[in-house]
Amino acid sequence: MTEFTSGTLTGKNLHLSFGHNHVLRGIDLHVEKGTTASVIGPSGSGKSTLLRVMNRLIEPDQGDILLDGRSVLKDNPDELRQRIGMVFQQFNLFPHKTVLDNVSLALRKLRKLPNDQARAEALEQLDLVGLKHKADARPANLSGGQQQRVAIARALAMKPEVMFFDEATSALDPELVKGVLALMADLAKGGMTMVVVTHEMGFSRNVSDTVTFMDAGVVVESGPPEKIFSAPETDRLKGFLSDVL
Amino acid sequence: MDLLEQLGDTFLNWEEMAKVIPSLLMVGLPNTLILAVASGILGSLLGLALALMGISRNPAARWAARIYTDLFRGLPAILVILVIGIGLSPIARELTGSRNPYPLGILALTLIAGAYIGEIFRSGIQSVEKGQLEASRALGFSYGNSMRLVVVPQGIRRVLPALVNQFISLLKDSSLVFMLGLASSDREIFRIGNDAMANTGNLSPLVAAGLLYLILTVPLTHFVNFIDNRLRTGRPEKKEPDELAAPIGKGAQA
Repeated sequence: MTEFTSGTLTGKNLHLSFGHNHVLRGIDLHVEKGTTASVIGPSGSGKSTLLRVMNRLIEPDQGDILLDGRSVLKDNPDELRQRIGMVFQQFNLFPHKTVLDNVSLALRKLRKLPNDQARAEALEQLDLVGLKHKADARPANLSGGQQQRVAIARALAMKPEVMFFDEATSALDPELVKGVLALMADLAKGGMTMVVVTHEMGFSRNVSDTVTFMDAGVVVESGPPEKIFSAPETDRLKGFLSDVL
Repeated sequence: MDLLEQLGDTFLNWEEMAKVIPSLLMVGLPNTLILAVASGILGSLLGLALALMGISRNPAARWAARIYTDLFRGLPAILVILVIGIGLSPIARELTGSRNPYPLGILALTLIAGAYIGEIFRSGIQSVEKGQLEASRALGFSYGNSMRLVVVPQGIRRVLPALVNQFISLLKDSSLVFMLGLASSDREIFRIGNDAMANTGNLSPLVAAGLLYLILTVPLTHFVNFIDNRLRTGRPEKKEPDELAAPIGKGAQA
């Protein structure tokens, strides 16, 4: 896989409330350039919300977000999001556009590339995820695994410095999970900075450089995967691991 | 038998029909189409603006759209046409120097259609999954661009059948502009049938006008069913059967 110009991402003391619901209660997350951080934890612990706060799809109430050491809270959030790719549980491909147009849309409209160049770059990204031959298909005619790989190509096309994965394999049929995880592992190996919210403990353990365990809006424990999975310290993490493993 | 003959003569007098058909086709049809198409297009633009206001984060915009919609959906079309057509005619005359009631008729029909079409668009746009906007924003598109490129096109596609229904309704409601008093060359389908009926005392010209409306509206209703069906079942001609077979996932490089 090609090397990426990836960045270092840091979230500091991030807080977010929806009304009286305090979803994030002071989260710190540091992802060194070229490394993969996985975020695990029970449903409703705030993992997905954390991703949305760190690319400012939702503005944090408090705290700071740094990309390569510089605060991005005052930047135009649209420009920040061009630097952070995101892949969703439900793929969220644009169903009214072809696979190729899904990937090239942002290249044409945001990067302002001429059509033929956007097309060439989009095809290159599709080739990278093994789906160049599906360029003219509609997303609805692809399997879930293929759709998710197109979604990854769509995010990669913008040459992001960081990639977010929000339970990217949770909606896939079991036999399709492997292909997507393998692609994500390739990206990690290629030096992409990644934050991966996942229920795939195997991926978390084998691919990520750090693991963060969240529960009820706080980081309960974090560290290298060996430590998190083999020597958990807190009862909450021990309980969670015994539930999912 | 006399009774049947009498009824036949009242409704289906071919001679009376034949007399009115040329002006129905040459005068009434184009005028009806002008009224319906013009107010359909303008009403769609107004409706789109109302729909976007209705889902905007700005409460003032939401309220304005709400009040507008309640007002123009809640009033009888004929009342709006009369109030606008008569009330604004001095201003229109000053601005255009013409007594032609069509601009005001089109305006009134547009205002009414806009309220309905706005609700149609709003329901369509709101039916688009939240993830579409989120994915577009995550790519770096602004809210406006996301709506324009991703959300609104999908929303509109979903409500095409309802839009065609609205256009059918507009075709029929365009007959109400006869209330504004039309010069002979401005008469639309209904008015021509109505005038001929008044002149002859025979209802057959109105029946002919009715048939002409049906020729316009019935194909449209079937067109609605066709696109509705196509939207629901997808586009069969584009599907590749082997692609849809269960093992498709195996192609995903495992």
